[in-house]
Amino acid sequence: MSSNVMFSRPAWIAVVLVAALAALLPVLHLAFPPGHALHVSAYAMGLAGKFMCYALAALALDLVWGYTGILSLGHGLFFALGAYAHGMYLMRAIGRDGVYQSDLPDFMVFLDWSAYPWYWAGTDSFWYCLALAVLAPGVLAFVFGYFAFRSRIKGVYFSIITQAMTYAFMLLFFRNDTGFGGNNGFTDFKRILGHSVTAPETRAVLYLATLACLVGALLLCRWIAASKLGRVLQAVRDAESRLMFIGYDPLRFKLFVWTLSAMLCGVAGALYVPQVGIVNPSEMSPANSIEIVIWAAVGGRGTLVGPILGAFTVNGLKSWFTAAFPDLWLFALGLLFILVTLFMQKGLLGLLKRRPAAPAAPDSPASPASPASAEGAAKSEKEAA
Amino acid sequence: MNSVVKRAGLDTAHGVILYLDDVTVSFDGFRALNKLSLEIEVGELRCIIGPNGAGKTTMMDVITGRTRPTSGSAYFGQTMDLARMSEPDIAGAGIGRKFQRPTVFEQHTVFDNLELAIRMDKGVRRTLFARLDSAQRDRIAEVLRLVRLQGQENRLAGLLSHGQKQWLEIGMLLMQEPQLLLLDEPVAGMSDAETARTAELLNELRGKHSIVVVEHDMGFVAEIAQQGKVTVLHEGAVLAQGRMDQVQADERVIEVYLGR
Repeated sequence: MSSNVMFSRPAWIAVVLVAALAALLPVLHLAFPPGHALHVSAYAMGLAGKFMCYALAALALDLVWGYTGILSLGHGLFFALGAYAHGMYLMRAIGRDGVYQSDLPDFMVFLDWSAYPWYWAGTDSFWYCLALAVLAPGVLAFVFGYFAFRSRIKGVYFSIITQAMTYAFMLLFFRNDTGFGGNNGFTDFKRILGHSVTAPETRAVLYLATLACLVGALLLCRWIAASKLGRVLQAVRDAESRLMFIGYDPLRFKLFVWTLSAMLCGVAGALYVPQVGIVNPSEMSPANSIEIVIWAAVGGRGTLVGPILGAFTVNGLKSWFTAAFPDLWLFALGLLFILVTLFMQKGLLGLLKRRPAAPAAPDSPASPASPASAEGAAKSEKEAA
Repeated sequence: MNSVVKRAGLDTAHGVILYLDDVTVSFDGFRALNKLSLEIEVGELRCIIGPNGAGKTTMMDVITGRTRPTSGSAYFGQTMDLARMSEPDIAGAGIGRKFQRPTVFEQHTVFDNLELAIRMDKGVRRTLFARLDSAQRDRIAEVLRLVRLQGQENRLAGLLSHGQKQWLEIGMLLMQEPQLLLLDEPVAGMSDAETARTAELLNELRGKHSIVVVEHDMGFVAEIAQQGKVTVLHEGAVLAQGRMDQVQADERVIEVYLGR
């Protein structure tokens, strides 16, 4: 029953220490002038903030993939929807400071629109947009998930549909008439709640908010994973039929965790957009969703902490690689994924500790779409039938 | 937290817990069940035998909601129409099923397997906040003893032997406190010693639950059927029914099954 406690004592200490260290960055950024040995540059802090958003998305994915065995190749969409929802507020907050000095965002002026479309109603409220950043991905995931899970779509088929979904949304958002800025998306943000988005203090607060959300999400996910519901989720992954015959309805459990995961992704996107200063439809490109999967796999799926580690490692590598050898990054990423799949099935976290606190997913990440044992069990029951 | 969920509606006023009436299941014209009629009494231990393809597993599928009958009806007690219930609803109503191949949660410990199966509200919210109370812990300990897995509770179920997995699966059914237990070839692949212990286990359960055992192993059937009824299925319908010695003496049975 090692999986029934939230964290072991050393794990708690590690989480608190790392979070405290991370919280020091903005303090060092503000307290020491540039050039001082202890000064943390705005670039470094921004990068760390961005990585934490990625880490939150990877964590959310791990809840559905690592624990429940549902491989989503569309989590980038939920992330982007959160980003767009918050971006709507940021566009409104520009006010008349745009290039055309109109009440409307520049892209709407450019399209000759004279008023906001109906779905922009209320977006001048920061809190409404924040709620939207969580609810829009949540509602979409709930509706999509309900139909997909009710039809018992599983494994690669589910993955392919999620991939198609994010692609379809990307095409939709590329259209100028959709009303979200077309291929330029949202950018040139000026202020958030009256504060300049580029001011060091604002950036420090955004960074700390991201850190708080990431730690909060980690605790929430760990609490869920350690509950009986967490064990039911793993049972969905390993032997869904057996679960049904002992009286659980897998549909509800999948829908719960799938929707929650999408909402966490929305939070990540909402935190991402003011820190990065732009969101456009390329955030919905299929490759983005696949990258989230790679972060989780590299860090170690089914561990929650692993995907956070993976997001930092892969994106750290990416930052360095794309500066040093810009042409080689995709090859390096592919190679990394292959190496992890072949030699480190429990990811980086598997290297760090001999026995993971959370049970790792069944072996054979070579077919990440559907864990082998679940497939085997389903097969054996089919034969029995 | 109370572990008891009210079971509304199981009405066994006539002493019968399961009715199958004229059930036909056809797959692309092939009749896996052909007007099968069967009644199981409360507290009965019924053995069902029959050659491969006789429709035994399909019958289990109909009872547990996995397959819908093409025609005919299946009732649990007097009132519950199994053809209209989902698999989890049927499980919740009190029918437990053991698969032909042992199906346990291999990545969970033996204890967790039993805990997941415990009889309670299995909705999302109740599951998220569920904590074991002492009565439930006692129940798990009791079932562990009954299925001979005491001392193994912290092992991963995937590491158990084949026979132990079968027992664990039976244990999971018992955790649900089912009214009716369906056991599909419970001793398939077991050693002689394990088979004997399984027979002992079923004899202990006799009378506490209504039990339907589908089995090929005649020695095992003779062991557990005792003076009870044995049903022989053939080509999706009942061929013969009666005590084991009567069935074994039946000409038609010998012809289709026992003799060749």
